[in-house]
Amino acid sequence: MLDLLNGFVSELRAAGLPVSLTENLDAMEAVRHIPLEDRDAFKYALAATLVKSNAHWKAFETVFEVYFSLRGPEFKVGETDEDLAELMEKIWSEQEQQQQEGQGGAMEGLSPEELAKMLYKALMEGDQAVLQAIARQAVKRYAGMEPGRPVGGTYYLYRTLRNLDLDGVLERLMEEARASGETTSLEERLLKDEYEARINRLKQEVEAEIRRRLVADRGAEAMAKTLRKPLPEDVDFMHASREELLALRKALQPLTRKLAVRLARKRRHGRKGPLDFRNTVRHSLSYGGVPAEPKFKFPRPAKPEIIVLADISGSVAAFARFTLHLVYAISGQFSKVRSWVFIDGIDEVTSYFEGVEDIAEAVHRVNTEADVIWVDGHSDYGHAFEAFWKEHGRDITPKTTVLLLGDARNNYHASNAWIIAEMRKKARHVYWLNPEPRSYWDTGDSIVGEYATHCDGAWECRNLRQLERFVDVLD
Amino acid sequence: MAADARFESVAAVRDGLAGVDYLADDGIAGVVYLADRLGKPVLVEGPAGTGKTELAKSVAKMSGARLIRLQCYEGLDESKALYEWNYKKQLLRIQAQRVQEAEGGTWTEVEEDIFSEDFLLTRPLLEAIRATEPVVLLIDEVDRVEVETEALLLEILSDYQVSIPELGTVEATQIPLVFLTSNNTRELSEALKRRCLFLHIDYPTLEREREIVLAKVPAISEHLADEIVRIVRSIRSLELKKSPSVSETLDWARTLLLLGVQTIDAEQAKATLHILLKYQSDIAKATKELSS
Repeated sequence: MLDLLNGFVSELRAAGLPVSLTENLDAMEAVRHIPLEDRDAFKYALAATLVKSNAHWKAFETVFEVYFSLRGPEFKVGETDEDLAELMEKIWSEQEQQQQEGQGGAMEGLSPEELAKMLYKALMEGDQAVLQAIARQAVKRYAGMEPGRPVGGTYYLYRTLRNLDLDGVLERLMEEARASGETTSLEERLLKDEYEARINRLKQEVEAEIRRRLVADRGAEAMAKTLRKPLPEDVDFMHASREELLALRKALQPLTRKLAVRLARKRRHGRKGPLDFRNTVRHSLSYGGVPAEPKFKFPRPAKPEIIVLADISGSVAAFARFTLHLVYAISGQFSKVRSWVFIDGIDEVTSYFEGVEDIAEAVHRVNTEADVIWVDGHSDYGHAFEAFWKEHGRDITPKTTVLLLGDARNNYHASNAWIIAEMRKKARHVYWLNPEPRSYWDTGDSIVGEYATHCDGAWECRNLRQLERFVDVLD
Repeated sequence: MAADARFESVAAVRDGLAGVDYLADDGIAGVVYLADRLGKPVLVEGPAGTGKTELAKSVAKMSGARLIRLQCYEGLDESKALYEWNYKKQLLRIQAQRVQEAEGGTWTEVEEDIFSEDFLLTRPLLEAIRATEPVVLLIDEVDRVEVETEALLLEILSDYQVSIPELGTVEATQIPLVFLTSNNTRELSEALKRRCLFLHIDYPTLEREREIVLAKVPAISEHLADEIVRIVRSIRSLELKKSPSVSETLDWARTLLLLGVQTIDAEQAKATLHILLKYQSDIAKATKELSS
């Protein structure tokens, strides 16, 4: 047990969770108070002592599943099939009695059509046990797992789900619901949500089953390594999958709130204002004219004005989206935010965000509606900056902080780096945020170095963590 | 550490909480049980309105303990959280000493006297430590204090003691159950997190929320409760600025009950959406979704 827990903890650490020694000891202590056969209680005991942030829950769960999926009595892979077959037979025979049809046999003998029919019925009734059984059977049949192949579960998952055709099943379920009676649109929607929730549960079952089989095949350590995924705050903007992007969007919401509070606090507590001479003299009277108690004016730190210039060409679009979203979400901390987007042409998009409550919607509009193509739709930083400078260069004041977002892959056009130098002379700060790893900078057609020499700082911003760190220095 | 455990088992905790109308899932009951067994504080985190504070209150009610509550806010300091010397009383004592001096009292006596427990004003944290009867200490919205102030809590949370320079260390006579709640507006310090068990309370599952509605709004019919929680689930699946919380679900259920609604149709849902959602853009979005 001790070895197992130690392995578990070191795997958690490898997955990026900060688990301290005391927490490890607490976990050991906690486990002693929990009946080991209660798998859920065991899981919560470990979670309460080892995971101290909700964002890390998913990573914890994956590792937990891998490490402890085979230990419960009900999860012996070899034996379950027969039990399930029995279960299925029982259910099937009940149905037989109802339908007076002469079919039968265990699940092994079912034709694919019959399995599909069972699935349909199970989804309609939301029977958890049957769904679980179907998930196992489906994996066994369709995933085509080969022992010893060093792959993650995604491929098997895809194969299984493709064969189950869940979208089609959902469609048919809805059709039947519609046909069966006069449902209002509200009821229909609720029904659909219910079915979708059930299908999601089925998907999870399938995933868990695949994982169980893979662990049985290859062992927990190897599996954990394959399944190791970056935490949401470490996901790379440029290579995020669709689900990861979704998780990122979710993580962005609390982050913006946190940043806003932090910036506001910094303003309030940061420093004292200049000496208030009048007030000091007035107070000195109570000390017989000795200015023993110096008084200060209230600090009135100027809120900066932010100008964002973002490259929204394909390669860096996701990054620009997140940064725009973040900047506008905390725009209350700045006196004004104006933004332009460009590819080879440049377009002001400030108006898209004005009076809009839903920032995500506005960001989406920016990406679809802004007029950013000048010649061919390949990034041309030089031209975009030049156009900006001509039109709006005079808007940059000593209160302005300019943020330049992009990978500076300029397709070998002229850089016009002198514009950045001019900007810096007028602006309070000029920062460059680059979503590429630092080691790629200035390779190929990237000329970020040329621009960065004229900036106050060039930051690598590949994930939320780095973006957060940058916003912290913004003032 | 915990000499005599308060709870028998996880199931006992769950049943006890259900007895005071708090429906805990396995995770919540498990962590409360562990907190008691390990003698550790619980840090409860989660979206607003999911019953974090309610949990502490219910645990107090269940175990018949006194609830001591410390509401955190920016600018909270030692004298509000831990203890304070009763300055006015001390002054009076010193003035009385003048009279005594004439009769031969000495200054040292007085000095020892004015820094004794008689002149100490206990604040929530010290009160919880000194209590002889069982208490539940609730430190509410701990994320609102500054990082530096957090350090105030550390001594209490790990050793259940308070050091007062003039008096020495006050140790706990019994280990109180401590709950800290946080809305996660900022990252709490590692030192604080390390000392606590962590519990994240999320929106409840469909089944649990239905039970909560039935328990908290007794007059409601099962059919209506079912419809309510299903609509709420649909709304939560949208991308909103602020998802409806459990307390808002309950408010909505009470409203519908007052209006005498038996089955919800789209019109009624739309007309009462403002109880569930607090942003105009959210309401607009939900209306659009529900009627499509």
